[in-house]
Amino acid sequence: MIATHTLASGMGGLRTAGDLVARMQMTGMRVGEAKKYVAGKLKVSTRDLADEVIMNEVRDDLNIGRVVSHHGKARGIQAKMNIGKLLNLELNSVRRFMEKVN
Amino acid sequence: MVLTRFGDGELIEVDGSKIKEDLQAGMEDASDRGKIAPLRSEDLDRLYEICTRPGKMVGVEKGNEIIMTGDSPSIGSVPRGFSVNRLQMLQTYERVCGMDTAESGFIDYSYKAVKTVATEERSWVEQASHLLTIPLFYGAMPDLGRYSRPDGPVHNWAELLPQGKIGESRDAQEEAAEYCIKDLVYVASEMYEGGAEGIDFDTTGAAGDADFYAALKAAEILKEKYPDICIEMGMAGEFVLGMHGRLTYDGVRLAGLYPHEQVKLAEKAGVTIFGPVINNNSKKSFAFNLARAVTYCRACVEAANIPVHPNVGLGVGGVTTVEVLPVDVVSRVSVAMAEVGKADGL
Repeated sequence: MIATHTLASGMGGLRTAGDLVARMQMTGMRVGEAKKYVAGKLKVSTRDLADEVIMNEVRDDLNIGRVVSHHGKARGIQAKMNIGKLLNLELNSVRRFMEKVN
Repeated sequence: MVLTRFGDGELIEVDGSKIKEDLQAGMEDASDRGKIAPLRSEDLDRLYEICTRPGKMVGVEKGNEIIMTGDSPSIGSVPRGFSVNRLQMLQTYERVCGMDTAESGFIDYSYKAVKTVATEERSWVEQASHLLTIPLFYGAMPDLGRYSRPDGPVHNWAELLPQGKIGESRDAQEEAAEYCIKDLVYVASEMYEGGAEGIDFDTTGAAGDADFYAALKAAEILKEKYPDICIEMGMAGEFVLGMHGRLTYDGVRLAGLYPHEQVKLAEKAGVTIFGPVINNNSKKSFAFNLARAVTYCRACVEAANIPVHPNVGLGVGGVTTVEVLPVDVVSRVSVAMAEVGKADGL
């Protein structure tokens, strides 16, 4: 069921920019406002945000994690550190991680 | 003739005029019960097109995609009977399914149950927060009924009510709500401090208005404690059952509230994402249920200032009440909620 919804109307998560738009919704933004915010930060159009080909390259350039996880590239908490800086968000998971590292 | 389904999933073949008739009836049913605006004729035309579009699977137009949150995908392997641990399930949702968010949870999906294993849960949530790139929620049900005897410490209001002990029943629910609020705040705090980025109060209101009250109060306390926390509140039914009948929040009586009214109180409590539920009638057609669900959803979206993610799982939001869900139904609900219901996500 989740797979069907994701294919029918989902943004695509890590395959595209779905996780980034979700992060802005988690601050209370409606979907249109969240898409515009993320598109502005990534310097792409809102339609590009759900395009797998474009977003795979953009994510690789910005080192914010991709669905194909190559060596030498950020993933997991590393990618989230870069996402927080990009979206100007202090992510809770990153803050908790850094509390243990510092 | 068009192939469509009944609310219980049965495949039927009907004339297009029957689908139009059922869409109109479903929309009017929601509008009458909820005292909300009906859909416009162009919205009904769009729903008809979605219901009758050829193809087993349908999808939104490019640019109309919305955000996916889910209630406890991490434990999805358990009822399906295959051996994958919860971290692997979440990574599968992230890297195979393309989910926008992930949600961790315990197989006994209740905050009261999680309380006893909260430190262990926090430990694996910490690991999950390091592994995943997509936002991580922790979710469970407020599950107020668990606080009544024989499972909990207070008198069972479901037994008191038939005995005519209305006052005692109300006292028991109020006492249970206080226990529930403490557990919701304790478990949510553990998971948030462990690295979860969002908390999900799922199936809120399942035990009635006191259940909804407990979740609202817990959201209020958590927002005060952690101003940046994201709280998603998913509901249990389309209107709040008045098991207590007199409970209020911010001066508003909770019993009988519909989604467009529920969301206003959720906003006041500090909820970040609201998930309305619209029940499915398995004796009516898919078209009837879809129009009904979309009408409620649209009114909720228009009343809200926060993102709205309607529940679209088994038996809710227009999805048929059947164990293995037909792809044709689920994908049409998905498109209708995004493009006609104007949902921010699902």
